[in-house]
Amino acid sequence: MNRTLCVTVLLSLSLVLAGCGGKKAAVKPPASPGESVSSSVGTTAGAAGAQTGAAEAMAGSGSAEAAALAKTAIYFDFDSSEIRPEFAATIAAHGRKLASDHMVKVRLEGNTDERGSAEYNVALGERRAQAVKRALLLQGATDGQLSTVSYGEERPVAAGHDEQAWAQNRRVDIVYLGSR
Amino acid sequence: MTDPRRFLALLGLLAGLGPCAAPASAQLTVQITRGVTTPIPVAIVPFGAENLVPVDVAAVIDADLARSGRFQGLPRTSMLQHPTSAIGLDLAQWRLLKTDFIVIGRVAPASGSYRVEFELYNVVTGERLLGYGVPAAADGLRLAAHRAADLIYEKILGVPGAFATRIAYVNVQGPIGARRWRLVIADADGENAQVVLESRQPIMSPAWSPDGARLAYVSFEGQMSAIYVQTLATGARERVSARAGINGAPAFSPDGRRLALALSQADGNVDVFVLDLATHSMLRITDDPAIDTEPNWAPDGLSLFFTSDRAGRPQVYRITLAPGERPKRVTFEGSYNARPRVSPDGTQIAVVTLDQGAYRIAAVDLATGRSRVLSNGHLDEGPSFAPNGQIVLYAAREAGRGVLATVAVDGSVTSRISAADGDVREPAWSPRIGSP
Repeated sequence: MNRTLCVTVLLSLSLVLAGCGGKKAAVKPPASPGESVSSSVGTTAGAAGAQTGAAEAMAGSGSAEAAALAKTAIYFDFDSSEIRPEFAATIAAHGRKLASDHMVKVRLEGNTDERGSAEYNVALGERRAQAVKRALLLQGATDGQLSTVSYGEERPVAAGHDEQAWAQNRRVDIVYLGSR
Repeated sequence: MTDPRRFLALLGLLAGLGPCAAPASAQLTVQITRGVTTPIPVAIVPFGAENLVPVDVAAVIDADLARSGRFQGLPRTSMLQHPTSAIGLDLAQWRLLKTDFIVIGRVAPASGSYRVEFELYNVVTGERLLGYGVPAAADGLRLAAHRAADLIYEKILGVPGAFATRIAYVNVQGPIGARRWRLVIADADGENAQVVLESRQPIMSPAWSPDGARLAYVSFEGQMSAIYVQTLATGARERVSARAGINGAPAFSPDGRRLALALSQADGNVDVFVLDLATHSMLRITDDPAIDTEPNWAPDGLSLFFTSDRAGRPQVYRITLAPGERPKRVTFEGSYNARPRVSPDGTQIAVVTLDQGAYRIAAVDLATGRSRVLSNGHLDEGPSFAPNGQIVLYAAREAGRGVLATVAVDGSVTSRISAADGDVREPAWSPRIGSP
């Protein structure tokens, strides 16, 4: 009898928590992460590298700025938290947006691929989120606008177990909190 | 046992104490993937009264011993007789069946519950090696059987078994973007799976208290990490660390009063701390710009092992918990050694190591520094010692699925543990449940 009661308690607790999780999960932007990533991986690596200079030159240009802001993921090399040059334009655009309106807040979500140990990966994901945070601060964003969280290897966007999937999962997502 | 009054009493007992159904998809299946080449033949004779007792105790013992990979049970169809006491036991007959050991026993009702009695005989010498009787409620019969298996294992092999134990793990289900994380505990044979916590945000790093009554874990509910300590019997839980940044990698001290954990500072740098669970005071243990995480206690509680990339790549270090002490590096073989778990006797650590381009589980001898790779997967992680120190449980990927696997520290026996649905990850082997 005791055991039945105990399991009921556990189950109802988990239902409550599942409910909470559901509400909070709605915070995520409606765009499917899979889609936004597959498009940005395809174009970012090649096109964005060439774009960097152009975007700087036409900082005022609405369409280039909008294109840079549409990219909300920064990708990393294996076991690295160094921001690759091809993401300078993306970060600069988000930095300008944050600098122009200090009411706007973003959460920087650090992620890793699935290899290696889980808690070390949480630390590595945090390091990546902090690297993006520092870059945004340099663009004029303020500390109060930026929060970080690291999910380590827990929240991949690509399901595979090869370098192609891993490259998409080693990332920081820039999540706007005001725009939900 | 044929007494009709007893029969009715038992039926009444059974009606009131039906076993609780476990969530089917969280249930685990354990499969031996490699055993020793010459397992010891043993006969576990049915304990009788199968229709009156809700658990086939002999079958549970038989399955435990077989699952260890070190024993081979005698099929019941090969048994000519089913003696339940020494009176009916004709050892000459069992010698002909080429069995080395025989276990006979019985389950008798005793004041509202049961009494499980069993005896172990050496078939060759005729010596009676064990004779035990333990009381058990209906829902404690499986545990009584596991304890009997532990005693039999220890008597024959000279090392304690790890059958009367549980494992905690995280079951992840659903497609990317709609994942659900479930923290589950189950008996070491995969039975009695119970969901401790379910969430749409990640759950990580379950860790047992030394008495097996509480579980510490990391949950990202609220989209930030926090460490909780949950009492399993009541479901009551306490959020013990929810600071800004990372709250991760909890590990109970051997006395159960403190929790080693990893916290990040405002700049994201992760260091190891020790939290006093009674006073909530937090003591900094490491202070380094590198990543310091995944602390685990030496059995004497006087030092901590942890992962650090202070030398560029992740390696395991040890720090004595005294003022002014500096960490000393303990792993040197290979470019990646992380997530140390100390063996119960404190002589070795199990780690995740990079071996020929693959992430595998290795045991590192602390006296010699020598490393032995134990597993042969590509994405193996999360090693956890059985309380007898003989087996390492870890998480692996098999055909893209997350499963658990075990390997004996001598490499002789391996098994695979999988769930019906989803990935199984982050295993933690419990201490022994109660004492035999």
